[in-house]
Amino acid sequence: MINILLHIAVLLLLPPLLLGVITKTKAWFGGRVGAPLLQPYYDLVKLMRRGLVLSTTTTWVFRAGPVVTLATVLLAGLLIPIGGFDAPIAFTGDLILFAYLFGLARFFTTSAALDTGSAFEGMGSAREVTFACLSEPALFFALMVLAKVSGSLTLTAMLHGPANTFSADVAAPLVLISIGLFIVLLAETCRLPVDDPTTHLELTMIHEAMVLDHGGPLLSVILYAASIKLLVLGTVLLHVIAPFEFGKAWLDWPLYLVEILGLAGIIGVLESVMARLQMRHVPYLLIGALLFCGFGFILLIR
Amino acid sequence: MNDSRPELAMLANGQAVHRAAIPVLSFEAFKQAILDGVAARQRVSALFGAASPLPGATRLYVVLADDEQNLLFAGATDVEGDAFPSLTPRCPQVHLFEREIAEQFGLRPVGHPWFKPVRYCRSWTGRDAWGRPPEQPILPAVGDFYRVEGDQVHEVAVGPVHAGVIEPGHFRFQCHGEQVFHLEIALGFQHRGVEEALVGGPTPRTIHYAETLSGDSTVAHATSYCQVVEALASCQETARAQTLRGVALELERLANHVGDLGALAGDVGFLPTASYCGRIRGDFLNMTALLCGSRFGRGLIRPGGVGFDMDAERIAELGRRLDAGEKDTTVAVNLLWNTQSVMARFEDAGPLPLHVAAELGTVGPVARASGIERDVRRDQPSGIYCFSHIPVSTCETGDVAARAYLRWLEIQHSIGFIRDQLRALPTGAVRVPVRALAPDSLVITLNEGWRGEVCHVALTDAQGRFSRYKVVDPSFHNWPGLAYALRNQEISDFPICNKSFNLSYCGHDL
Repeated sequence: MINILLHIAVLLLLPPLLLGVITKTKAWFGGRVGAPLLQPYYDLVKLMRRGLVLSTTTTWVFRAGPVVTLATVLLAGLLIPIGGFDAPIAFTGDLILFAYLFGLARFFTTSAALDTGSAFEGMGSAREVTFACLSEPALFFALMVLAKVSGSLTLTAMLHGPANTFSADVAAPLVLISIGLFIVLLAETCRLPVDDPTTHLELTMIHEAMVLDHGGPLLSVILYAASIKLLVLGTVLLHVIAPFEFGKAWLDWPLYLVEILGLAGIIGVLESVMARLQMRHVPYLLIGALLFCGFGFILLIR
Repeated sequence: MNDSRPELAMLANGQAVHRAAIPVLSFEAFKQAILDGVAARQRVSALFGAASPLPGATRLYVVLADDEQNLLFAGATDVEGDAFPSLTPRCPQVHLFEREIAEQFGLRPVGHPWFKPVRYCRSWTGRDAWGRPPEQPILPAVGDFYRVEGDQVHEVAVGPVHAGVIEPGHFRFQCHGEQVFHLEIALGFQHRGVEEALVGGPTPRTIHYAETLSGDSTVAHATSYCQVVEALASCQETARAQTLRGVALELERLANHVGDLGALAGDVGFLPTASYCGRIRGDFLNMTALLCGSRFGRGLIRPGGVGFDMDAERIAELGRRLDAGEKDTTVAVNLLWNTQSVMARFEDAGPLPLHVAAELGTVGPVARASGIERDVRRDQPSGIYCFSHIPVSTCETGDVAARAYLRWLEIQHSIGFIRDQLRALPTGAVRVPVRALAPDSLVITLNEGWRGEVCHVALTDAQGRFSRYKVVDPSFHNWPGLAYALRNQEISDFPICNKSFNLSYCGHDL
């Protein structure tokens, strides 16, 4: 019970800190002090206290977008095990729900963007769904590899699989899907080299372009949901690349915190040392992710 | 070639001549002189209207720059009525000039292929080339834009209010998916009426108008203006003043080029160079502040010389800061060339081929990045540049990478130039008194600002007051180049293409 409460607490409270770590790492590379680690929390609170401006051309879809996104990522967060602990919700085939919760969030985000009728938001939506066509199958292949390795169709068992059944046979597929999953993580959470979350240039935006018209509490919800998505996908990746457990709760929780914050640091380093890809090269990267995951699956079932 | 057209007057940069020395040709001869000149690899530095002594006529002046022979040619013609045959179909580089003449004087260039206002303001003569009624408000960027029709063709409008803290301008893209078929740029939001305000000068206020024609080119514009006044007053600024002006102009170039490289890095999400160059730009601005107390060089360039002298201590301090600035810039900028992901973004983005750059009459780093050897500091030198030469750098590819790398080459040359000047700064006064201006004269001054050629042309009346003052900012030549460079590019590459040109809105809008 205490672990489930901790699971929910981590899911609700930790995500903005990841953004803080990424920002801090990037600032360090740029030779700057950077914003405080807790700045994302302050920003969320600040936005929450603001008023809401709604365009007269928008409908309920515009308001539903952020809310549905938040609800879906939170539910997705309850389906995955965090660290060495089991997920609060688990049933056979929950991996399908997991993947399609993200699909549902995307559907509502893009619909809310199209609802405004803005050229920028239409452009952002088009890019988002185009790239999702490639990242979604990659995620599925990765999940299939994990299902095969663990022999289970429950996310909890699947994600604990690498830790339990680590043998030489599965090492190669796991390495391949961890590369693929990392790229999917970057694409889904709008990080470099796919998207630049800090840019102010509308024409280059993917995800930011879709939320240009959202402000105040709705924007706060969007930013919060995006950080939760980072935590959820990061946690999935950690199960594959760092399947370590002590078996003691008081050691495993700190271990998980170190791992996830370290992952945020790695993303920060990556964002600091490379430029963004040209928009037409982004699909190549995602096809690469798809090939990594697909090839991992082929290796496993051959 | 020049023997076949003796019609135009031959001039040097900064040489004042009596207005009678400028030949007034028939329109046919005027047109032929421009076409012949451009065919002989000259370019149109300025083409503008002014009042004519003939009643009901408008006098058009042209300034052609011959970069190979280091000469300027000027001529005039009187246009009677409210129309004249357009030269644009045969000489694309006069395209904006003709629209400007139409807007300011209500003269219609008949046969102009894209006849729209430039700055969306009322004409000076009360005659409107578009027949708009006087009570109808004229608003920038209101009107028809070039349209592409078809399946999956869509239009994206950006601006005039932008996400960053930049000047206002409207960009209309005709896109096919992510691909840009056509970009049309509508400016005029910054129009202040400076050219009209300069008429009747010089007054104590005129130098401030000159300094703020385009804020980041304060030194270039103020130098051009001061050279106008000095030429008309037949006064010779001292060697020390000329050198200090050169130092200030190169510092302005350094600050802006470094800032541009940082901004380019920022646009592709490459943080280290973006952060460092942002700071180093400030260091170079502070070096200008060391000269005169203003980071943008306000108050430094004054008619007759410069407003502030340098003592030995500050020269030594400037030398030290320059060394530190050079070291930091080298590290920060070389990161760009050594990072493959950055070069992958820069290379092949927004190419401006040589023949297009030449045909559009582009100037400055934009022209040089496309392979045109064109630099006023060498081709039409004035002041210190007559004695001390800066090598002209060029690149060939004309893409964002070329425009970025060219800036790096110029940064290195400018640092070397400043160091040389500081080492051998001539002694003497920094300012000489300026007498009254010669009446009924014309003078053309050119300077290579960091964006390219800054051209000022002044005409004085019988009292020695400006009867017409024409300013051509390099941006006026280069904006069409940006529109061309975007053809068949991805719309998401517009920001880096735009940044690699980094043109002035207020310099264009005046």
